[in-house]
Parts: sequence; C-alpha cells; structure tokens
Amino acid sequence: MAASPPPVHIPRATGQIPLWRDERVLRWAAQLASAVFVLTLIYLALANVIAAASERGLSLGFGFLNQSAGFPIAETPIPYTPSDTFRTAFYAGVLNTLKVAGLGVVLATILGTLVGLARLSSNWLVNRLALVYIEAHRNIPLLVLLFLWYRGVWTTQLPGVKEAVRWPGPTYLTQRGVFMIWPHLTPTGTPFAVMLALGILSAMAAWVVLRRIRERTGRATYFGGVSAGLLILFPLAGWFLSGGQPLAWDSPQLQAFNFVGGVHLTPEFVALLVSLVMYTAAFIAEVVRAGIQAVDRGQTEAARALGLSPAHVLGLVILPQALRVIIPPLISQYLNLTKNSSLAFFIGFPELFTVSRIMINQAGRAVPVFLMMMGAYLAMSLITSFILNLYNRRIQLIER
Amino acid sequence: MLRKLTLVVSVLILASLVLAACGPAATPAPASSDSGASADQPTAAPASGSGDTAMPAQASGYGEIMNRVRERGSVVCGGRTDLAGFGFLDANGNNKGFDIDVCKAVAAAVLGDPEAVEIVPLTAAERGPALQTGEVDLLSRNVTWTSSRDAQWGNFTWIMFYDGQGFMVPTDSGITTIEQLDGATICVTSGTTTELNLADAFRQRGLNYTALSFEDTATVYGTYEDGRCDATTSDKSQLASVRTGFQDPSAHTILDITISKEPLTPAVPAGDDQWFDAVKMVLFGLVNAEELGVTQANVDDMKTSDNVEVRRLLGAEGEWGQADLTLDPDAIAKAVAAVGNYGEIYDRYLGPDALNIPRGPNKLWTDGGLLYAPPMR
Repeated sequence: MAASPPPVHIPRATGQIPLWRDERVLRWAAQLASAVFVLTLIYLALANVIAAASERGLSLGFGFLNQSAGFPIAETPIPYTPSDTFRTAFYAGVLNTLKVAGLGVVLATILGTLVGLARLSSNWLVNRLALVYIEAHRNIPLLVLLFLWYRGVWTTQLPGVKEAVRWPGPTYLTQRGVFMIWPHLTPTGTPFAVMLALGILSAMAAWVVLRRIRERTGRATYFGGVSAGLLILFPLAGWFLSGGQPLAWDSPQLQAFNFVGGVHLTPEFVALLVSLVMYTAAFIAEVVRAGIQAVDRGQTEAARALGLSPAHVLGLVILPQALRVIIPPLISQYLNLTKNSSLAFFIGFPELFTVSRIMINQAGRAVPVFLMMMGAYLAMSLITSFILNLYNRRIQLIER
Repeated sequence: MLRKLTLVVSVLILASLVLAACGPAATPAPASSDSGASADQPTAAPASGSGDTAMPAQASGYGEIMNRVRERGSVVCGGRTDLAGFGFLDANGNNKGFDIDVCKAVAAAVLGDPEAVEIVPLTAAERGPALQTGEVDLLSRNVTWTSSRDAQWGNFTWIMFYDGQGFMVPTDSGITTIEQLDGATICVTSGTTTELNLADAFRQRGLNYTALSFEDTATVYGTYEDGRCDATTSDKSQLASVRTGFQDPSAHTILDITISKEPLTPAVPAGDDQWFDAVKMVLFGLVNAEELGVTQANVDDMKTSDNVEVRRLLGAEGEWGQADLTLDPDAIAKAVAAVGNYGEIYDRYLGPDALNIPRGPNKLWTDGGLLYAPPMR
C-alpha cells in the first residue's frame, strides 16, 4: 500500500491525450466547423440567387452596363447625357454621393465640434441653445428633416426665379436654389493656378516641418507666419506672371426660365446637405462633449496652474486627450452620414441610390445593380474607416 | 484588416441571402404542391436538378398562376392608390379606378367574386421587379407596353388605354410649343417611359433641359405645383387626372403636344400561358360586351338575346374557349355584372361626370376609335 501522493503536475506529452480532448485539435476542429458552416451558407445563398434568377429568366450579367442609359439625370459632376451608358450614369451617382458625403463630413465635423463646445460652455444661454439644438435634431427622423428643408422651406417658402432675393453681389436665392458668382480661369491663368497649388503645398510642408523642429528643439520657428507668407507670396507671384488677369467672374444671368452661369446649388442638393450636416452634427456634438468630459478634471487644473491660457488648455491639453475618445465614435458618424445620404432618393437628388433605382427599372436588372450598389457603399465605408483607423492609431496614447 | 474584411464579406453574403430569399417567398408558397405531374417536364429551367422544393411547379408554368390564384382565393394585383381615375382610394379607403376595375373583372371571371382582389400599391420603379418575380398575378397600373419591357418583365395582355405623353405648364407662362421649353426644368417620374421619351424628344430637337426626377408621383406633382419646375410631363390622362387635385386646376394647361405613343396595358408574369390567355379573354370580353351592347344592368336579360354572338359571349350557348382555360362558361357575364363593360368602366372614372377625359382613340373601332378586340368564338 504505497500511498503515493497525487502528482502535482503531469507534463503534457502528445501521445497521452486522446484527440477528442486535445485542446489544439479541438480548436482546429472548431475553426474548421465554422469555416464549413460559413462556406455552406455562402454556397446556399449564391445557389439560391442563381437558381431564382434563371428560373425567372433574369439576367445576372453586367453586359448591360455598356448600353445607352436613356434616362436624364438632373445634376452630374461629370458630363452626362441620356445617350451615355449605364456605367457613366452609375459613376455620376457615385460621384454625387461622394460630393455630398465629403462636404457633409467636413461641415458636420465643424458644426458638431462648435455645438459640442457650446454645450460645455459656462454661459447659460449658449449652453441651453446647444442643448435644444442637439435634442431637437437627435430626436427627429432624418427623413422628416429632409422634407422639411426641401418642401417645407426651400421650394415653398422661397421666391420664384423672377422675384429672386439678391444677396450682396450677383448671388441669388430662389426656390430653384442658390445661383452664385464663381471665378473661372482665363486662358492666361495657368501660371496662377500652378503657383496657387505650389503655395498651398509649400505652406503645408513648411507648417509640418517647422512645427516638428520646434517640438523637437523648443526653438521658435514661426511656423504659422512662414506658412501664411508662402500661401500669399506664391499666388501673388502667379498673379503677376499671368499678366494680372488670371481669373474672370462668371455671374448668373436671368434667362427665360432660370439663371444661367455661375454656380448653381440646387434645392435638392442644399436640402440634403443641410439636413445631413445638421442631423449628424447633433450626434457629433455629443461625441465631442463626451470626449472632453472623459478627460480628467485634474488635467485642466494642472494646465491652468502652469499658467496656460484657456485656448492653450483646450488646444494643447484637453483636445489631444479627448481625441482618443472622440475618433472611434466619430468614424461611425461619418459612415452614417455617407449611408444616410441615400435618403436623397425621396427628394430627387441623383446620388448613388437614386440612380441605381432608376437603373434597375430602366435596365430591368435588379440583382446586378443591387450588387454594384452594395459594393460601392461598402467600398466607400471601408476606405473611410481604414483611413480614420490609421489616424486613430497614430493619436492613441502610446504606453511605455 | 483581413479578419475584418472576411467578416464584412460574410455579412454581405448574408444580406444577399435575405435578398434572394425575399424573391421565392413571395411566389411559390401556395404553388408548391399543385400540378405535381409536371415535375419532370423537358422545359424545366436549368435549375441544376437540386430543386425539389418549390421549383418544379415554377418551371413547368402552364396553369401555375391560375392554380395559385384559385388556391389563394384572390387575385394579387399590382396597382396604385395615388392617381385619380386610374387607381385611387375613395373616402372609405376602398381601392377604386379604371385599372382596379380591370382587376376586379378578372377576379369576377376567374373566381366569381369581384372583391377577391388584393391590391398591392407599387411605384413606377417597383412595377418591373414585381412582375418579374411573380409577386403580383396581374399588373394593372397604367403600364406602357414597350418591346423591352415585354422581353424583360413578363407578358403584356391587351391595350386597355391608348394614351400619349404630353406636358403641363402653368397657364400664365404662355408656353404652347415644345421649343419654348428650351432651358426649362421639368418634373418627371423616375423609372418610366416618360423619362426616356422626354430625353428623346428634347435630344431630337436639340433643346436643353433639366429633368428633375422623383419616384413618388405625389412628390413629382407637388414639387411642380410649388414652382420648382417649369413644366411636368407624363401620359396626358395622368396629367388630366392629377390636375383635378391641384389647388387651382385652371392655372395649369396641358399642352396640345403628344410626343409618344403610350399604350397602357395590363401585364402578367411570364411562364403561365393559361393565365395569360384567360386575362386577355376577360379584357376582350369587356370590349366585346360594349360592342354588343351588353351592360352591367342588362347582362342577365341578354343571356336570352336573339343575337348568338351575345349568347356565346355570356356563356349561354356555345363555347369561346372557357373549358380550355378552366373558366366557367359565364365568366364574362360575371365580369360584366361586376364592373360593367369597357365603356361603363371608362365613364365611371374618366367620363364626363368624372375626370372628363375625351375617349378619343379609346372609342370602339366601330365609332372610329382604336378599340378592336378579337372575336370570341
């Protein structure tokens, strides 16, 4: 009866454990099973689509993209006529979505940040106004806002073309949209355009480089002044190089039905942009507020104790730390804005979804167009979140 | 990143699964068990043999929609609720209109009950897919018959309304010709032939224009009435119908221009010739009834008419194909008793007491119009 004590630790030898209890085997099996499950699902889905389509005689090919589209599109960033192909029509839709989403993201970020800061203001009135704005916009469906701005305000409340409200300068506000004066390059304007581009690029480069030097060495490098100087000097040189007349103004003139010339912002575009910006800004404001409040109060106090001005406290201490909290939910808001732009369908702005709907009908090919549409939105969203995630990684606190 | 991508792709696939699942679910559920003998028809689509669920009945086709309608006990009609005269809701919320009565006539002829219809309101852009997927048994929603729609969507039955595309402008604009619309903004319904004809008409004449298109008809005309557009374009009958709903109908003029042929034609999904024929016969019956003087009021008396054509039409004597189409002998009599003949349907919704659209080409051929139904014998 040799009562040997139970072994404290048995070294795991491969041969000893049966396969069904080997953790590594089990892990692999689980992976394999889920892979089979997902692949089966994919197969079933595809087979279903193909079977359903062939049964109804629906074509799944993309050949129709080269056919003439035939339908008109109200506004397109690229030249488009009904005799162009479905492919061109689709690109026009994608570009319109990009246009409204790009502008919308920038404007919503600016407005959202301002409202978010206002919400934290110690001024009672500013604080309450921001609160009312946020609550009103967060709690009304976007579609309602869209119709409010489009039919409720723009096409019904503003005067007709012939009674247009004239803003200072040849800019007109009508129910047909805003007609604005706009510069265009004269034939001799090329040097100016080149110098303008150079000015912007060099100013940006100077800003980045000089700022970095300052951060590293602590020497004053006057990066702000240098950049501003470059930004003014280059275009000024270009102005004289091109003989002093690089730009001409294109101003809107009233013709039979509409103003012609200048830049025309249609009510559909404006209503969409305004609704998207105001709606999304309300959410961004809350994100900004949450981010700032997430920074420990001690940080503010410490910064103040060091004698930093309120602007410096915000810019150098609070915001850099708040950004870490702000960026991830901000990405979601950007993606939401892009996808919400498809609601433009209801007010006739020809963005991706609207154009796709028309294509489905005029080409009679629902499945391919839906796939293209999903692919386009997916690509836009993935690219947006990829870029912002890179940025997010850069600003994260690097713990040592 | 890769893991994320994989996740996204599988979500996409799931989405398409849902998308695809919507299609079949709408169609064959009731049809799965009937006409079982047809499982191995040589005409079966190349459905890879895997389908022993709902597919055989689908693939064989003949009689399939007819059986589905009988089993369900109602005809699913693609229609609309937003166009006075053609498809609208009355004060009690009932579907009414020219196109709706066509549906009711079919229901009365096939099922013996004009109320055995289910109206599915569709936008212009939804019509094609609804027909392609067999979501509706009959599309009666002022659809223009064109060759490519016939090739893609399903089968077009018989022209029930000869229409043409026109323009409506505010009366005070003084516009009378299409050339005067050079540079205009024009409101139009998207996904229609109207949209395509507009593009053609202006291109041919070398005119500039901006087409503002909306899918929702109410938005098209609302925006026009707001003054956002200089003109709006559609089938003339539709313009006349819509104008009656404007705040001041007399402030809008329909131009005396017709830029297209718009044969408005009910359509059925492809694949069931029996159903296709049966619907056509009902439409022929309504037109022939008018030609022969059979009305909703006198249909029972007419069964004993001296005219053998009348008696044959009403099923009192002889045969015009009812048996082959599995219809009752008095199918047309039931349809006429339910909604009246073609002329009565027209007058009820579009005649002088209603929208007052002149019959014009929609008169019988005997009166100098284009309505000419094949003989029923």
